[in-house]
Amino acid sequence: MNAHTTSPNAPRRIVVAGGGPAAHRFADAMHTRGLDGWQVTVLTEEAHLPYDRVALSKALTDMEYDLTLGEAAMWDHEALDLRTGERVVKIDPDARTVETAAGNTYGYDALVVATGSNAARLPIPGAEHTHVYRTLEDVWAINGAITALREKLGREVTAVTIGGGLLGLEAAAGTEQLGATPVVIDGANWLMATQLDEGAGQALGRLIKEKGFEIHGGVFPSEVLSDDDGQVTGVLMADGRTIAADIVIVAIGVRPRDELFRAADGEEQLFSLGPRGGVVIDEGCQTEIPGIYAIGEVANFGGMCLGLVAPANTMAEIVADRLHGGQATFPGFDTATKLKLSGVDVASFGDAFAETEHALEIVYADPARGVYQKIVTTDDAKTLLGGIFVGDATPYMSLRPLLGRELPAEPGAFLSAAGGGEAPETELPDDAILCSCNNVAAGSIRDAINGCGSCEGNAPVQDLGELKSCSRAGTQCGSCVPMLKKLLEGELKKSGVEVSKALCEHISLSRQELFETIRILELTSFEEIMAKYGTGAGCDICKPTIASILASQHSAYVLDAGRGTLQDTNDRALANMQKDGTYSVVPRIAGGEITPDGLAVIAAVAKKYGLYTKITGGQRIDMFGARLEQLPEIWKELVDAGFESGQAYGKSLRTVKSCVGSTWCRYGVQDSVAMAINLELRYRGLRSPHKLKMGVSGCARECAEARGKDVGVIATADGWNLYVGGNGGATPAHAQLLAKDLDDDTLIKYIDRYFMYYIRTADRLQRTARWQEELEGGLEHVRQVVVEDSLGIADELEAAMAKHIGTYRDEWAETLKDPERLRRFRSFVNAPDQKDDSITFVPERGQIRPATNEEKGKVLIGATIPVRGDAG
Amino acid sequence: MAIGLESIERQVEEQAGAWHRVCAVEELEFAWGEAALVDGRQLALFRLESGEVYAVAQQDPATLSNVMARGITGSRGGRPTIASPLHKEVYDLQTGECFTTPGLRLDCFATRIVDGNLEVAV
Repeated sequence: MNAHTTSPNAPRRIVVAGGGPAAHRFADAMHTRGLDGWQVTVLTEEAHLPYDRVALSKALTDMEYDLTLGEAAMWDHEALDLRTGERVVKIDPDARTVETAAGNTYGYDALVVATGSNAARLPIPGAEHTHVYRTLEDVWAINGAITALREKLGREVTAVTIGGGLLGLEAAAGTEQLGATPVVIDGANWLMATQLDEGAGQALGRLIKEKGFEIHGGVFPSEVLSDDDGQVTGVLMADGRTIAADIVIVAIGVRPRDELFRAADGEEQLFSLGPRGGVVIDEGCQTEIPGIYAIGEVANFGGMCLGLVAPANTMAEIVADRLHGGQATFPGFDTATKLKLSGVDVASFGDAFAETEHALEIVYADPARGVYQKIVTTDDAKTLLGGIFVGDATPYMSLRPLLGRELPAEPGAFLSAAGGGEAPETELPDDAILCSCNNVAAGSIRDAINGCGSCEGNAPVQDLGELKSCSRAGTQCGSCVPMLKKLLEGELKKSGVEVSKALCEHISLSRQELFETIRILELTSFEEIMAKYGTGAGCDICKPTIASILASQHSAYVLDAGRGTLQDTNDRALANMQKDGTYSVVPRIAGGEITPDGLAVIAAVAKKYGLYTKITGGQRIDMFGARLEQLPEIWKELVDAGFESGQAYGKSLRTVKSCVGSTWCRYGVQDSVAMAINLELRYRGLRSPHKLKMGVSGCARECAEARGKDVGVIATADGWNLYVGGNGGATPAHAQLLAKDLDDDTLIKYIDRYFMYYIRTADRLQRTARWQEELEGGLEHVRQVVVEDSLGIADELEAAMAKHIGTYRDEWAETLKDPERLRRFRSFVNAPDQKDDSITFVPERGQIRPATNEEKGKVLIGATIPVRGDAG
Repeated sequence: MAIGLESIERQVEEQAGAWHRVCAVEELEFAWGEAALVDGRQLALFRLESGEVYAVAQQDPATLSNVMARGITGSRGGRPTIASPLHKEVYDLQTGECFTTPGLRLDCFATRIVDGNLEVAV
């Protein structure tokens, strides 16, 4: 490769050494500024696109989790060249080239070094048997090891994490999520000693112990013990104790990967390095050699290297700005951290240790509740210098952007735990940084909301999701999202846009309010509800919502007493309408278990009516192409043969998918089929804000893909693990662990409560994943309600479910019994024996499919499919 | 717009056709659409709580499938509406104008009730 060809018109060549978040942010910053005249080559030794290391714990508990940063499509730009498997090993500043381990040479006009850090290793015997926590491969190895150990040992695995800092606690929390017993060894006297003072650290220790973590503080490990096979058995401590361990993870900090800046023996040292490593940079992020920049954890600024994402992002932006002729300068490190561990809130920011002269510390500590809150101010108690929150970090979000500014109220008013209630309303100044990861000021978010033209289309951005992607606020660690939402709502209110939770123009209540109103006042009809709470005649939004709420609460036949006119497309015909107006028919096949005779019935019906058949994603058989008036006769045959409605048409429980389980499978530990059938029959017909799916796996291999379901049940040797909030769809989500090792009764009790709580409180068409994400307090709140009954409504939720189960009737059997109900399935009111002859099929792969409009000789006129962005 | 049940007559622009008797108005459940076959043409009939009866094309303008009778009736700012059951485009039952997708239009037909029977001009 010839590195020296440059001509005046050739693009400026930027080489980036390293492919972590800092490198990604730099490439992204260049991309945003426009790549005309540039060629950016990113050399990374990793095999992946740059990924989000802050969220590594998600990949630890879920190997499939995609941590890729930003839009992968960005890398398709012709001026951006990401080369994986290329590790830079040498810089030649004179020739302006770098050399990689593979022996390739790349010439540059500017070099940006973003090599990050290495995880520090323990300098004690046995360290070779430990894991570290730094890369995707590291966390996958930990995940794999815990799973393998559990199988091999046949018991719960004890996972010892050495290091009680941010990373250590995150790793330990991950092992707990994976079902291991978490043990933390920390040399310091209290946890997170870099960020927390003693009071806060002790409070955190107590909270974490309550969650089942074992903590050993103030003592150092001296050896990692293992047996002859290299299997870890324990950790020998400096005080002579041995702590049992099956796996040891070391998370004691990071060391800057600054080898590139260190001279080989006999060569001149060109770069200055910090006392603890890292190449020294100036405020423009440049090293002492012009044209060579360093960003992220390898960069030493003001004598410090820092392993946080916010300064790395800032540095990346600064270099991009400088390359484009700007004069941006690095303001110094922002060390604010917020962490959520197994539901324990921890936050620390600014001058947390009150090191400023005469600083005041306003502290509220309640060891009994495990709460510690501290605000640090100047000596006049006016200017906010920093703070620490443990146990309840609610005030952090509103205080954090006010760092260095005058507080709008006396400091004590912000200590929510002291009984001050809601923190005082604060109006953020425009220049206050709301999202510190991406350095987004409140002002620029206001601009976006009010239509500054910085985003495509110049339109005001008034949707939280769009606001995130336009302003980039809240897209990294996500901790500022509640503030972002608040700011958005505040701005909309100011500009006269009512932030309305109203269902539609006819109902001013939210779905949740409507549900509670109907429940408490025991309303049973649409007319009654509209008379009290509605205006107009209703619409396709409020009618089905009310129909669903009534069905959830009363389980009455959905097409009677005028309720038929409220039902959405599919419920109206108790079948799924297809594009040509025909319907598909899905009988229930609980748990996916079906006899050969059952299969024969379905085959005979499909054959007789000429229906197209397909196996669904939910382990049942779907028959397509039935005309409206055929539905009753088809269902008569199915019901007579013992089938019932599969309710595939409802926003209701669909299927419970299962693997074959312990009856047949040589790995299964519980009877997943029996449990799946039990659950499907229990919750069948349960109408909800959106469709519900469940899965039951008979062992940890998870063949039923239960974690992709709203409720996933996975067998363990001791019972069942319950996962909640998994969804497929456009934004897939894996279900999260709610409770472990449950017996059958407890499992069912928790699912009863979970479903009913969701049905009561979710928005219209909001699936469980979004619901529990947006619920105040998130999954932890759900856990408290479902497992700990924190709201005292568990009995009520169970009773509501019992009522549903007790009143369930098969909708199709009920329909067939009643001639009045059957009348609704006629083809034409004035010609019930005439069929719709516009429905035509053509053969394909041995079955039928609907003829296209072209095949029918029809032409669509004036119909357009609305495309996002068209409207505004 | 109080119109007596006995002689509902709706004039729809550019709609001149012969009156056809379709069915007894009692055959139509309030707000529950029904399809009808009139002079070889598929219509969707809606009898609203107000007593008004509307007849529109059964064919969904967006997909050309014959399904409109199976949509949900409602109102938009005082106008009676029908939402397509397929992709939920909302149409004005009186004018056929589409509220949600410009360019779409639903054919409307005049209706009247004679001796308890619904008649439609097609």
